[in-house]
Amino acid sequence: MPKTLFEKIWDRHVVTTLKDGTVLLYIDRHLVHEVTSPQAFEGLRLTGRKVRRPELTFATMDHNVPTDDRFNIKDPISKAQIDALTINCHEFGIRLYDLESAEQGIVHIIGPELGMTLPGTTIVCGDSHTSTHGAFGTFALGIGTSEVEHVLATQCLPQKKPKTFKVEFTGKLQNFVTAKDLILKLIGLIGTAGGTGYVLEYAGEAIRSLSMEGRMTVCNMSIEAGARAGMIAPDETTFNYISSGNRPFAPKGAALDKALVFWRTLPSDPEAKFDRELTINAAEIAPQVTWGTSPGMVVDVSAKVPDPAHVPGYDRRDAEQALEYMGLKPGTPMTEVKIDTVFIGSCTNARIEDLRAAAAVFKGRKVAQGVRTLVVPGSQQVLKQAEAEGLDQIFKSSGAEWRQSGCSMCLAMNPDQLRPQERCASTSNRNFEGRQGKGGRTHLVSPQMAAAAAVTGHFVDIRSWK
Amino acid sequence: MKPLKNHRGRIVTLDRANVDTDQIIAKQFLKSIARTGFGEHLFHDWRTFADGKPNPDFPLNQARFKNASILVARNNFGCGSSREHAVWAIQQHGFAAVIAPRKESVPAFADIFKNNASKNALLTIELLESEVEEIFQMADRYAGLEATVDLDEQRVTLHLPEEISFHFDIDASVKERLIHGLDDIGLTLKEENALRAFEARHDVQI
Repeated sequence: MPKTLFEKIWDRHVVTTLKDGTVLLYIDRHLVHEVTSPQAFEGLRLTGRKVRRPELTFATMDHNVPTDDRFNIKDPISKAQIDALTINCHEFGIRLYDLESAEQGIVHIIGPELGMTLPGTTIVCGDSHTSTHGAFGTFALGIGTSEVEHVLATQCLPQKKPKTFKVEFTGKLQNFVTAKDLILKLIGLIGTAGGTGYVLEYAGEAIRSLSMEGRMTVCNMSIEAGARAGMIAPDETTFNYISSGNRPFAPKGAALDKALVFWRTLPSDPEAKFDRELTINAAEIAPQVTWGTSPGMVVDVSAKVPDPAHVPGYDRRDAEQALEYMGLKPGTPMTEVKIDTVFIGSCTNARIEDLRAAAAVFKGRKVAQGVRTLVVPGSQQVLKQAEAEGLDQIFKSSGAEWRQSGCSMCLAMNPDQLRPQERCASTSNRNFEGRQGKGGRTHLVSPQMAAAAAVTGHFVDIRSWK
Repeated sequence: MKPLKNHRGRIVTLDRANVDTDQIIAKQFLKSIARTGFGEHLFHDWRTFADGKPNPDFPLNQARFKNASILVARNNFGCGSSREHAVWAIQQHGFAAVIAPRKESVPAFADIFKNNASKNALLTIELLESEVEEIFQMADRYAGLEATVDLDEQRVTLHLPEEISFHFDIDASVKERLIHGLDDIGLTLKEENALRAFEARHDVQI
């Protein structure tokens, strides 16, 4: 029977099917960070259980890490959480990329970078953006802390099989239109619960043309559409990424040859059936900007702040509440919305390609007066690469701050935060109320759009910007 | 996990859709390494003004909803971050169940939240939109309205002068685990033979 990419991976990870129909799914990699793991390790201690496969478990510190003076964590509660991870990894024998490590970074950036993320495997992490890894043709899902404990103890997860949803992006993206715009457009179309209960498979010419970095950006925000996971079939772009660079956990030599044979069998069979399908013409997608407090509240940059009575997928009251929080009036052109902060970073857009794209906009230009601009690389390796290419110099001479790796202002668990009513052009993934700091106002955009907003002090349609 | 069969308590209505886990438990409270202490911080940014004073318009601050243990909201409740702290906060505040409506194609609850709730015996009940609307109206009309959630019978009953009941669906395996308070990890570990056989034939690299 023809199978989808997801079904091929699912089928080869079924350990057993329980009487009630629940499947025990085997987990090939378990990624751990400091925020969602302490209670799971404590659970193991209380029940006297061990980590079943410590060699398949990898930990890093990212959410609480200060991005200026990283070894000086002033908040004692943040420090305690960081210290707890060190102690837990030591006690349970888990490899840890701590702040001293040259490979430390945001968990979803370092997994692919180090070759942990491979096609045809299963990955979990106590973090909703685990969907990022699906860019490699991996079934990768975010889980809660009870499930983190479950995977630590058993290396499997009780699961009900999700439905499948194919999203095909036909045609070519316009210049300056990016992976970020593509996924924001999709969320605007299907809503923040449009993918609930599904695994999304992204396909089509526009997806095939994306680099691995771009594919990770698309898969990263699958959760913002409510999906269990997002996936892209592996191809030569994927294989080139895995076999190039320093990726200690990726197969090499004969093992790589064997893996390649298997990986080439993974793409969905042509006759495979999906539970739902949607086709979007990528050539018609404009740069996107969110205007509200939900990722689905998004418009073309050339559009206006919408009338709350006519927002697809949202009740009038929800849209009015969002406009009030955001301090925006219906009918205002998005390009007239002024910003005072720019954040370029996060597991969505802090890879080397994102920084190159932002640097290309900053080069020879200055950040507008009064705009605070943070550029935060996703990992120490991205940081080194960017510095080797001189990108840090471009950012700094433009007037932007060049920081150390971490989650930074994406979720403000560390010192990088918005103050009340500050308005931010952000390359992160969530524009929820207070996400970047209590009272802060977030507009989600691509790295290019964020950089252009930093230079002009307001949003611009980067396609026609001189 | 404690077995859960039924629960009677007061209803509080929160008239918002897409309540995300950042609102349920704000990031500054995620730094705890304990599993307790989250209840008092539930909906912090909505409950308190910037100066720390309570917002009198927020339902959880109102006398008519005091000590409520059944939370009723709109669709797509619990979207966003996977933080299980959101479930702990709701439960530790004193809630036994959350009720939300399926609206057209939009489910009542986000996936990860619903899953996390089931691991902690917090009941997530999905009703029809018209039924949830009726609960909102009745809670408005009858201060202190109580309801009984019966997991075994899969029924929510509003204790009005003339009682109204609504049926709800629940995954049979989740129901079984909740009613008997089963330990998920313990159940999986019973499959040790299957696990070993699988590990013997499975290559985690490909």
